[in-house]
Amino acid sequence: MTIDVLERNPKAETRLTVIDCDIHPTMGSLSDLNPWLSKRWQQHIVTYGELVRQGLAKTLSHPRMQPAVSRADAWPPNGGLPGSHLPFMQEQHLDPNGVAFGVLQPLRPNGNSQRNLEFGAALSAALNEWQLEHWTGRDKRLKGSIAVTQEWPEAAIKEIERHAGNPDFIQISLPPRSDEPLGRRRYWPIYRAAVEHGLPIGLHVSGVNGHTSTASGSPSFYIEEHHNNVQSMQGLVTSLVLEGVFEEFPSLEVVLIEGGFGWVPALSWRLDRHWAKMRDEVPHVKRPPSEYIREHIWYTTQPIEEPENPADLIHLFDWIGWDRLLFSTDYPHWDFDDPHTVFKVKLTDAQKRQLFSENAARLYGLG
Amino acid sequence: MTRHVVATVGEIAPGSSKLVTVKGRDIAIFNVGGSYFAFFDRCPHAGGSLCRGSIVRPADVTEPGTYKLAADRLMLRCPWHGWQFDLHTGEAWCDPTTLKARNYPAMVESGAQLTKGPYVAETFPVSVDHDYVLIEI
Amino acid sequence: MISRKAQDRRMYLPTQDAIDCDVHPAVPSTKALLPYFHEYWQEAIVTRGIDRLNLDLTSYPPGAPLSARADWRPAKGPPGGDLEQTRRQALDAFGSRIAILNCLHAGQVLHSEDMGAAFCRAINDWLAKEWLDREPRFRASIVIPTQNPELAVEEIERRAEDKRFVQVLMLAGDEMPLGRRHYWPIYRAAERHGLPIGIHAGSNYRHAPTPGGWPSYYLEDYVSYAGAFESALLSLVAEGVFVKFPQLKAVFIESGFTWLPACLWRFEKTWRGVRMEIPWVDRPPAAIVRDHIRFTLQPVDAPPRAEQLVRVLEQMGSDRLLLFSTDYPHWQFEGGAALPPEISGARARRILVDNPLETYPRLAETLQPMEKERLS
Repeated sequence: MTIDVLERNPKAETRLTVIDCDIHPTMGSLSDLNPWLSKRWQQHIVTYGELVRQGLAKTLSHPRMQPAVSRADAWPPNGGLPGSHLPFMQEQHLDPNGVAFGVLQPLRPNGNSQRNLEFGAALSAALNEWQLEHWTGRDKRLKGSIAVTQEWPEAAIKEIERHAGNPDFIQISLPPRSDEPLGRRRYWPIYRAAVEHGLPIGLHVSGVNGHTSTASGSPSFYIEEHHNNVQSMQGLVTSLVLEGVFEEFPSLEVVLIEGGFGWVPALSWRLDRHWAKMRDEVPHVKRPPSEYIREHIWYTTQPIEEPENPADLIHLFDWIGWDRLLFSTDYPHWDFDDPHTVFKVKLTDAQKRQLFSENAARLYGLG
Repeated sequence: MTRHVVATVGEIAPGSSKLVTVKGRDIAIFNVGGSYFAFFDRCPHAGGSLCRGSIVRPADVTEPGTYKLAADRLMLRCPWHGWQFDLHTGEAWCDPTTLKARNYPAMVESGAQLTKGPYVAETFPVSVDHDYVLIEI
Repeated sequence: MISRKAQDRRMYLPTQDAIDCDVHPAVPSTKALLPYFHEYWQEAIVTRGIDRLNLDLTSYPPGAPLSARADWRPAKGPPGGDLEQTRRQALDAFGSRIAILNCLHAGQVLHSEDMGAAFCRAINDWLAKEWLDREPRFRASIVIPTQNPELAVEEIERRAEDKRFVQVLMLAGDEMPLGRRHYWPIYRAAERHGLPIGIHAGSNYRHAPTPGGWPSYYLEDYVSYAGAFESALLSLVAEGVFVKFPQLKAVFIESGFTWLPACLWRFEKTWRGVRMEIPWVDRPPAAIVRDHIRFTLQPVDAPPRAEQLVRVLEQMGSDRLLLFSTDYPHWQFEGGAALPPEISGARARRILVDNPLETYPRLAETLQPMEKERLS
């Protein structure tokens, strides 16, 4: 019998520089945003609240497996939700894990999924101020993502321009599950603004758009819904490529966050094979899809793939490109990856540096 | 293998746990209904602290759409990814033949018995008036 | 490292015993089906002008390059509409012993359960009479109206005795995830009759094909069909279909398969932490898939380098998973290159002959005695 036991104290071992490309700061309640909301919206939160394309108003339709979707040990001792208390985040994660920079992805509120677009825009704007006030302004390691309402591009661009010059924000946040596939032209003004300001688009698995997570409707179980994040990302990549977004915006960088990456090679191969036969339908796509994917798309590593044969992780990195992968923890969520144990294969120091920090530093202009 | 005193009886309430360090290793001690269990604290999956985990009854189901908890089995559930390990054997619920959380024998002894030796109590003064929790490691 | 281009050469099969598990006959017109309807439907179809409607499927626009390879496209009529041409180009050219016919038709897409059922029944009658009766090397899938599982079961029961029907046909994109109990009457009937469930690429488009909504292009839709299979796999396993119906197999037809290893790794990883949600899945999902799900060969969706495909084939973790297919007349390969050069020897034999025979028990029953002896 093989016993997989981590005997050594890994934390003592390496002094690895880590850029964590997915951290979730949490607020206690939406009223935490009141300092940045007009009276109208403060009142709206209390009365009509969130209006999204599903039956539950405030909770995702497939309950998760852990309270607050979080590690059981991530509840701050002094109270509050996991991820809500910066000092505890510093103590439990940023400091001991050598985090030089951490990229914030607040998931609530989801202004980007509100049917009431003005409300969504107000929430997004307030969320951005909240990131500055409570997080990036208090720990210089933390960087924010500009929340915008992609379904209302004019408002989104205003919000981007408000913050684009601030080095505390390093990307624009869009949800993969938008009203229409994100490659479509209605979203192009946002990409135009992104490249004008030199900001990547960060797409964390999210969005409540009224479309089901499978082609055959909504699944029964959370395990399925969780897995279908893969389909979300596959659809997104296919749309961006086949709509010609990367032809129109040759300097656009796109980061897929928390969608895994094991699916990337097979999608690239399938796209290439069928594009070769039916490229006359999409003449604006001038090169094989896999080339655009290779050049424009980045993937955070969490949840790390765990192949049956661990050596296959190396093959995945080879096939996707060692320079495309960005380490992330997803702190404080339950499926957190610890930098000390995440890669169950032997990596060279150079490879570790790439994955843990250099790729992210290059993409985001950090360090 | 040596026996180490890790707690006094009564110190760890039923349903809770204590983290100790023995021979340089972090060990999680659980009190489950008055019985004690000891695990190497780091989960074999990704290193989560098992001491912060929970003791749960696993499912015992064969028919889809039915839900029943096992009558006579308990699992230690890791606080991170929720992987479950048999409380007695340490075997992973989902991969019992190749994956195990390392565990150690734990026992209770009276102070009177203990003072006769052998044991190690690095940080514990042992008194004949108390009972103690020991692990063998 | 030899690129695939260098290795691509005209290459037919190393055996005369191959079983082609995906060939597409096409209904030439609703008029051609009319004799097979009950008189009530004959009347309705003509009176309402349904026989004049274009029932092309969104999933397979007949004129699209994928729908028919240029040299397989008939001079007139829909691709796959001519038996003689199919016999010549699918069976004779590849020397296949048997081809399984999967007829894709609007009958599975219509919203009306009863009209859908009427069409499916007519199609199956038409297949029996005009394809199976005329060519002993053909077998067929039972086209069923999944719009109503009870009506679907009736159709299965109607066909079950005809052993030339070897499978039950569903589309990967349906009203509900395919593992849902809603569909279990179909699986119960199929299992009872020793029929695998054939799930074919395509959709009735009750839902957007992707979680991000409706793609702009056919190419985009088609690529997304592999994702529909991945979701179907999750659903079938998570819902416990193979626990409830332990003799049942599902065949993913025209699904691709190079996505499978990464899917299994992720499913397994998540299951280890989330098992309590689906407690009847009491063994690793990958093991369930390897026992119960099969994948037709085309499209291979092959990687650019030979050693990558070799690696993926190893990652599949079982040599029992792939079933030979040409997907005739869909355009998935050039010339006779239905079998990738990376697949040869014993592995090729498994894919060409043994795996199909194991998956479709009825095939062995209906082979001529001489053939049976040769194959054993």
